[in-house]
Amino acid sequence: MCASVPCDMAGQAAAHVSQTPDPFMMSFSVFILAIFVGYHVVWNVTPALHTPLMSVTNAISSIVIVGAIIASGPIEMNLASVLGLIAVGLASVNIFGGFMVTQRMLAMFKKRS
Amino acid sequence: MLSANMVALAYLVASVLIILALKGLSSPESSRRGNTFGMVGLVIAVLVTLQLSSVQNYTWIFIAIAVGALIGGLAARKIPMTHMPQTVAFMHSLVGLAAVLIAVSAFANPVGYGITDVFGQMHVSSRIELFLGAFIGAITFTASLVAFGKLHGFLSGRPVTFSGQHIVNLILGTLMIAAGVMFCIDLTWTPFLVMLFIAMLLGILLIIPIGGADMPVIVSMLNSYSGWAAAGIGFTLGNNMLIVAGALVGSSGAILSYIMCKAMNRSLFHVLLGGFGNHAPVATGGAALEARPFKSGSAEDAAFLLKNARSVVIVPGYGLAVARAQHALKEVVDKLLEQDIQVKFAIHPVAGRMPGHMNVLLAEADVPYDIVYEMDEINPEFADTDVVLVIGANDVTNPAAKTDPTSPIYGMPVLDVSKAAHVLVIKRSLSVGYAGLDNDLFYMDKTMMIFDDAKKACESLIHVLD
Repeated sequence: MCASVPCDMAGQAAAHVSQTPDPFMMSFSVFILAIFVGYHVVWNVTPALHTPLMSVTNAISSIVIVGAIIASGPIEMNLASVLGLIAVGLASVNIFGGFMVTQRMLAMFKKRS
Repeated sequence: MLSANMVALAYLVASVLIILALKGLSSPESSRRGNTFGMVGLVIAVLVTLQLSSVQNYTWIFIAIAVGALIGGLAARKIPMTHMPQTVAFMHSLVGLAAVLIAVSAFANPVGYGITDVFGQMHVSSRIELFLGAFIGAITFTASLVAFGKLHGFLSGRPVTFSGQHIVNLILGTLMIAAGVMFCIDLTWTPFLVMLFIAMLLGILLIIPIGGADMPVIVSMLNSYSGWAAAGIGFTLGNNMLIVAGALVGSSGAILSYIMCKAMNRSLFHVLLGGFGNHAPVATGGAALEARPFKSGSAEDAAFLLKNARSVVIVPGYGLAVARAQHALKEVVDKLLEQDIQVKFAIHPVAGRMPGHMNVLLAEADVPYDIVYEMDEINPEFADTDVVLVIGANDVTNPAAKTDPTSPIYGMPVLDVSKAAHVLVIKRSLSVGYAGLDNDLFYMDKTMMIFDDAKKACESLIHVLD
């Protein structure tokens, strides 16, 4: 039945589509690779700086602010955007607090003069 | 407005900067630059998001950021370093709550996140991701609040246990997953809210049985959870930067939990089951509860030993911070250094209330970091050390951990204090440490006990050393 050229092309396209992974698989690959990066980077952190590591990772996990900003994006106020705005506030507390307290701690670490 | 590719590229740059921020922490010299990289990364991420066409509500967003910045900035300036563990626990709870709010918001307005199909229905994969992000966030939120309460003293640090606790948690966990599955199938509010409520309840129930001594593990573990929650939100939004940042934080917290467990000779499983630090003192080898002979001395005696030493190693524990004696101890160190005595600090991984806490407390007291050594670095040196000064530490110096297979802490890595020529222990009494054990070190011939508050003892030492 599929003797005509267009039909062949459609068949090839369909084959291509089935070979394209779900976007989730892309995200999942990034996720697993990032865990490996994290594993190697964090084992290299000197134990003396484990407390600053925790406060800076706190600030970093507040990158969820990106999601919060998108949630509070629309001009009209509704449940979704109000919750988003609260999340923006909470995440900002962590971003500013986390980086500043880390900075404060790191500034204390001095070599013997 | 930037094109979608430019946005993705900017997010990639931010991800790399975040990795560099963690990489910087490999040494104190590079750490401040690393922190700057992290800040730049976050600023890029926020700016790029603000210019997206869907983001219009600038006034309110800026107000929210400004309020958050003000509170966070003030807190960061005021927090005493001894309060870092509870501060970090509180911040974890904020990440958890933010993740929950974002998940609820995404469910209320899925179109705004572009996670719907042509009929306006949420994709099945998005539903699962939303479920995962929401419940991990909810558990992180309440669990961190309880940890904060315990660390700050609002709540008792003692484990709260009741019979059937683990069964109750298991049932609740099952119900939560069931509600989550129902949500994924019929997309209604009821199962979603039930799932969130049970997750929050579980967060409380999981942390109350855990004792104060295990808090370093719990704070690290919640650090990990907050990362996974962020990654969950990243999956929901299909945003690789959030996934990368969340995975980094998640693995960082997991590694710290592992390090803490190993330092306490406890398995993560046992920590999570809880109840530690509650039992009565245990007699070991039948000797622990007998009155054993020990030597005690005055600050003058201690000063005499210290003055005549060539090398001194100081072993600080959390008792030092409780007595606020860091600065007085630093003055003792200065006096010793003036007399050309070599002084080093030996830090056990669980010396404070969170990983690396003691290092920060010493840095705050202006102790240079290059005379502060980790356990593995310093242990071979104790045999060549003239005097070890143990101050506010107990279990981490107990030689029974290496010599007595019947001891409950047998196998726990400890500082080899007992190998030094002389040992000075500043302690208020012979009371037992967290493990509820008597410490053989206190009864050795080479050991002299100085019964005093850590700060007063250091002040007398400064006085006598003059």
